[in-house]
Amino acid sequence: MLSRRLFLKSSALIGCSAAAHPFLSSIAFANAPGENRLVVIILRGAMDGLDVFQPYGDPALRTLRKTLSAGPGNGAHDLDGFFALHPSLAPLVPLWRGGEMAFAPAVSTPYRDKRSHFDGQDMLEAGTGTDVDTMRQRDGWLNRLLQAMPGVQSETAYSVGLDDMRILDGAAPAKSWAPQTRFRLSAQGQRLLTHVWHDDPLFRPAGEQAIEIINDELSKIETETGPTRDAQALARFAADRLNGETRIATFSISGWDSHARQPQVIDRALQRLSAAILTLRKDLGANWSRTTILAMTEFGRTVRENGSGGTDHGTGGAMLVAGGNIKGGRAIGGWPGLGEGDLYAGRDLMPLRDIRAHAAWVLHDLFGVAPDLLERNVFPGLDMGENPRILA
Amino acid sequence: MLAYPELAAIRLGYGLSPLAPPPADPVALVRSIRDAGPDDQAFSMARDHLPFRSRFAELNAKEADRNEAAIDALRDRVRDTGIRVAQIRMARAVGDPGGFGERLVQFWADHFTVTNANLFDTLASAAFVDEAIRPHLTGRYATMMLAAETHPRMIMYLDQMNSIGPNSVAGRRPGKRLGINENLAREMIELHSLGAGSGYAQRDVRQLALLLTGLTVRPNHDATAFFNKNWAEPGPFEVLGKTYVRGRGKGVVGEVIDDLARHDATARHIARKLAAHFISDDPPEALVQRLTQAFRDTDGDLPTLYLILAEAPELRDCFRQKVRQPFDFVVAALRGCGFTRQEVMALEQRVFHNLVMGGMFAMGQQWGLPRGPDGWPEDASAWATAQGLAGRIDWAMRMLPKLRPDLPDPRAFMQAALGESASDDLRWAVPKAESPAEGMAVILGSPDFNRR
Repeated sequence: MLSRRLFLKSSALIGCSAAAHPFLSSIAFANAPGENRLVVIILRGAMDGLDVFQPYGDPALRTLRKTLSAGPGNGAHDLDGFFALHPSLAPLVPLWRGGEMAFAPAVSTPYRDKRSHFDGQDMLEAGTGTDVDTMRQRDGWLNRLLQAMPGVQSETAYSVGLDDMRILDGAAPAKSWAPQTRFRLSAQGQRLLTHVWHDDPLFRPAGEQAIEIINDELSKIETETGPTRDAQALARFAADRLNGETRIATFSISGWDSHARQPQVIDRALQRLSAAILTLRKDLGANWSRTTILAMTEFGRTVRENGSGGTDHGTGGAMLVAGGNIKGGRAIGGWPGLGEGDLYAGRDLMPLRDIRAHAAWVLHDLFGVAPDLLERNVFPGLDMGENPRILA
Repeated sequence: MLAYPELAAIRLGYGLSPLAPPPADPVALVRSIRDAGPDDQAFSMARDHLPFRSRFAELNAKEADRNEAAIDALRDRVRDTGIRVAQIRMARAVGDPGGFGERLVQFWADHFTVTNANLFDTLASAAFVDEAIRPHLTGRYATMMLAAETHPRMIMYLDQMNSIGPNSVAGRRPGKRLGINENLAREMIELHSLGAGSGYAQRDVRQLALLLTGLTVRPNHDATAFFNKNWAEPGPFEVLGKTYVRGRGKGVVGEVIDDLARHDATARHIARKLAAHFISDDPPEALVQRLTQAFRDTDGDLPTLYLILAEAPELRDCFRQKVRQPFDFVVAALRGCGFTRQEVMALEQRVFHNLVMGGMFAMGQQWGLPRGPDGWPEDASAWATAQGLAGRIDWAMRMLPKLRPDLPDPRAFMQAALGESASDDLRWAVPKAESPAEGMAVILGSPDFNRR
């Protein structure tokens, strides 16, 4: 007996194995979607955008934050005379100067007021508005994008890492990979497992992919040691696939929930983010010039520093954009200000734009997906508004 | 048809073992929960956390001639104890005949999640389970909630430690950087009692955070929480429409926790969470209603709720709608192989760390480190993933044979671990495996074993 949600999820995944059929994939292969590439990094735990891109030119910042986000005077790198980049992202300064990095300082999903990580991430990955119950919305916006793109095959999109990436869940075929596993199962063992999974709508598709992971030579990939090892391994695998048939890759970087001792917490997370971006850039080689990276988080954090040297759950936050095909070196979409009347609910940064609108225009410019399809299917109910022209 | 004792042991416990039959009926099953109380292996803040933490602070305080060797030795000792924590937890789960009590320990420890940021946290989190969860497993919900919220580890984890009221004695002193932290207050309402979306407002969180100021602990000096009245906001406070005034009755902290624990929305939240954990990701409304009503009628008497679960016809109706989490998967596998509690404890620490904890990590569950205070995900789809399943098969193939060199015959293991519940497909497949290791992998990778 299956619960309704399980059934929905399962029927979606059966679509996956059907599309992986050699006959179907050979048709799909003939018109693989373009040469442009997209990487979506989900920053789990709510990144403090105000600390990553410090608006030191806003006079209110110093009254709100006594020790955090102290601007160029405290090691941050001046970006444009108003914003400064957190010292831990120093390795990305050359990208900013070369026009390969930008950021939107004040964006958010439609999620408001409850400030729960869990629900916030669900909404970010589901890509829906508040009119949809995210508990019931099992598919993610990257998957709905695949459904809207011509010529998609199972290699087109990859989720990488041990986390379940809901952003790519859904009816369209997609693959996943994680480091850490290495063993061999005989052909007979695989056949027997396939047999016992056959009638289970959840284990059958997961099992088919598990066997691919098991058989994949790439799971023996070499990795460096150190705190950014995992992030580098994920990025290296993603780049390897993107250099092949894959056009969309997604993974997550956790560890942003900086309620206390924020300098230490955010330093580790930023090191991982920076290592992931630089690994992608290096390993993508010539394909970097056709790649866009979106790093998104579920919501921002309070504008005021709390009593524990940290910040609490907020509303508006920042999105980081990088890539060889973007028009970087700029802040995208204006600044709401930090004055008393400028804040959301008197405590959070006011979001100026729905983060989905930025993502939608990137999808439009990268893959040629029509706006009405984006507003209706990929991000149901979204008003895309003006094109922020993130791509060069 | 699967008999009740086996059904209940698979669904409410950690699966079957060839060593002992499971409890025969619902009453016996619920009675067995008493075995999950603190025992002589229990950890305590006073004995297992404080001495190490204060010694560490002392060693690090000496700038001049820091004794690096002593610091390293202490670190090693704490790291070893941290592994022992996981080993004891797993050994108790493997050895519990009913299994329901140890499952409940995991359930409540996850409900009141405290994750580990450093070596010392691991010891404090172990003490948290043995001091705040295990002793209150069969009491009222309010009693457990009070113990959990006021335990030093929870105060440290949810940043209550330095939350200072702006109008407190300390807060009014000029020049200092002091303030409140809302984290504990938020999670007390959102995760531990009423639940997200149950009609409270940011104002209630804020008021509760102000009310909680003064509740603190000094990790290098104290084994229990204490009340620092110089940090306490004077109040009064209004939380969920009720006014709390300091200095009246037994104290506002105990009073507000009692009110939160007995709130109507809490009854529904806890009822649904129990049903979702033990019965189905999408639990039948009738069962949730029965649990909710019983919670309200008995003032949150936990054994009453456990008995409703044990007697629920939904136990059978919703069979195999849940997927075992990696910890449960490993425990069930070891039980099926006939491991005893003593045998798990006898595993060399390095072996336990690499083969058991390392295996769980590859399956997507790093010991003591769920992503946030909301604990591990509940849904089957979060665990039956390609990566997780690859990790489970890998563990069956490479790690289990090292833990159990005299691996059982896969056909005997199938009978021991699954009894009458093994499907025809599995019975067909297992004898056809090329090697015993692959036969075990087929069983341990099957929906029969991974679902419950």
